[in-house]
Amino acid sequence: MVRLEDVTLRYRPDAGAALSGLSCDFPAGSFTWLMGPSGAGKSSLLKMLQLAVRPSSGRLDILGTSIQTARRSDLPGLRRRIGVVFQDFRLLPHLDVLENVALPLRIAGRAERQLLADATEMLRWVGLGERMKHRPEALSGGEQQRVALARAVVARPALLLADEPTSNLDEQQARRVVALLREMHRLGSTVIVATHNEQLALEHSAPALRLAAGRLVPHG
Amino acid sequence: MGLRRAVADRLLPGLVAAMALLAALAMAGAVAAAAMSARWEGGAAAAMMVQLPTTTPPGPAAELLAALPGVAEAIPLDRERLAALLRPWLGDAAGLPLPGMIELRLSRLGSGAEALPAAILAAIPGARVEAHGIWVARLSALARSLQALAWLVLGLVAGVAAAMVAVATRAGIAARRATITILHDMGATDGAIARRFAARIGWLAGAGGLLGAALAAPLLWLLGGLAAPLLGEALAMPWLGLATLPMVAGGIAWATAHATVRLWLRHLP
Repeated sequence: MVRLEDVTLRYRPDAGAALSGLSCDFPAGSFTWLMGPSGAGKSSLLKMLQLAVRPSSGRLDILGTSIQTARRSDLPGLRRRIGVVFQDFRLLPHLDVLENVALPLRIAGRAERQLLADATEMLRWVGLGERMKHRPEALSGGEQQRVALARAVVARPALLLADEPTSNLDEQQARRVVALLREMHRLGSTVIVATHNEQLALEHSAPALRLAAGRLVPHG
Repeated sequence: MGLRRAVADRLLPGLVAAMALLAALAMAGAVAAAAMSARWEGGAAAAMMVQLPTTTPPGPAAELLAALPGVAEAIPLDRERLAALLRPWLGDAAGLPLPGMIELRLSRLGSGAEALPAAILAAIPGARVEAHGIWVARLSALARSLQALAWLVLGLVAGVAAAMVAVATRAGIAARRATITILHDMGATDGAIARRFAARIGWLAGAGGLLGAALAAPLLWLLGGLAAPLLGEALAMPWLGLATLPMVAGGIAWATAHATVRLWLRHLP
């Protein structure tokens, strides 16, 4: 599903490595916590997995595609199979909630009638069926995060990435978002969630990878 | 994509309207210069007329003049042609004694042509030389230069319009950078993102082109009227070109915006 072999990431050739010598597997259908303090490289790893940056060296395979050898024109199709939940939600402020959620389906070229039905269903799933016509700014942080989650999963991605999805939420909202992520895992998606919240990971037992200073920390 | 607020809705059509107006005037200038050049070229075909002294027979004089440097042809005018030339001023000149006239066609209208009258007088003393054709030919050359200049201006206007659209597109990209990045990260292709920008900017430029063409129409009609006395007939203005101006402006803007966005997107992975 996702495989890294000795992967290093530098944002500029003369800069220090954000990630160094990472080697790990994320099997299909797995749920993995990505742990570590701020600055450990969790967000950099997720950026790389969502194809926002390419590794500087090493080998990275995502959903059966080797990222080193993939042509640029191959990447949009691959990105459409990856859902991402960002810490800062990244909703489009000029679109209402329904249009935000429908966006991945529209990008995928889904028929207009079908995509609105799917987006509506997904908003009901995250408990926001009554707020479809609101703009994101009219929602609370927790509600915005659930909209972001609905948008990330509406196209049924094979790989779901979440970068600190609960850091801006209160405890109740955070539990609700994690429950939704676990539900996506149960439905078959491979889920990788970055967090520095140890308590959250303890409450929802799953394999964890720990990062520190851009390197994987051995278990134990 | 929220482009309604990102791309200057009034500024871009206004600037394109001004460019379209300039383009229409340049087109009209090119057409008018072409018409004048064509008309004057006809007059310049006979570059010089030589009136012979009454004692000089036209045949041998024509042979003499044809041998002069710079002369391509020397044609004696017969009585009927002379009468036709004089008819607008003198009416039927059948009974009048008419001098022998020779029409000279020159091989080139360079600076050497100015020395020719002296050479003609040396060859045929007492002859009278009328060199209006040289002046007319130079006017015709000037008209052709003006025509070329008008086309150059038209090209320049198109280039400036494209540059302006590129700047407006880049401003639009800067204003919607976050949105574009999100769409890109969700798997939107470069072509799909570029088409959205290009469609919006193409429409705005098309509207500007329409406004510019509408403003240019009465001006062209007036210019046509002003040029008519110089041409002896109404000037056929480039109405078809004017009608296609909005589409051309929209097309140039679409292509420029599309290329600009695609170029910018190459910076993303």
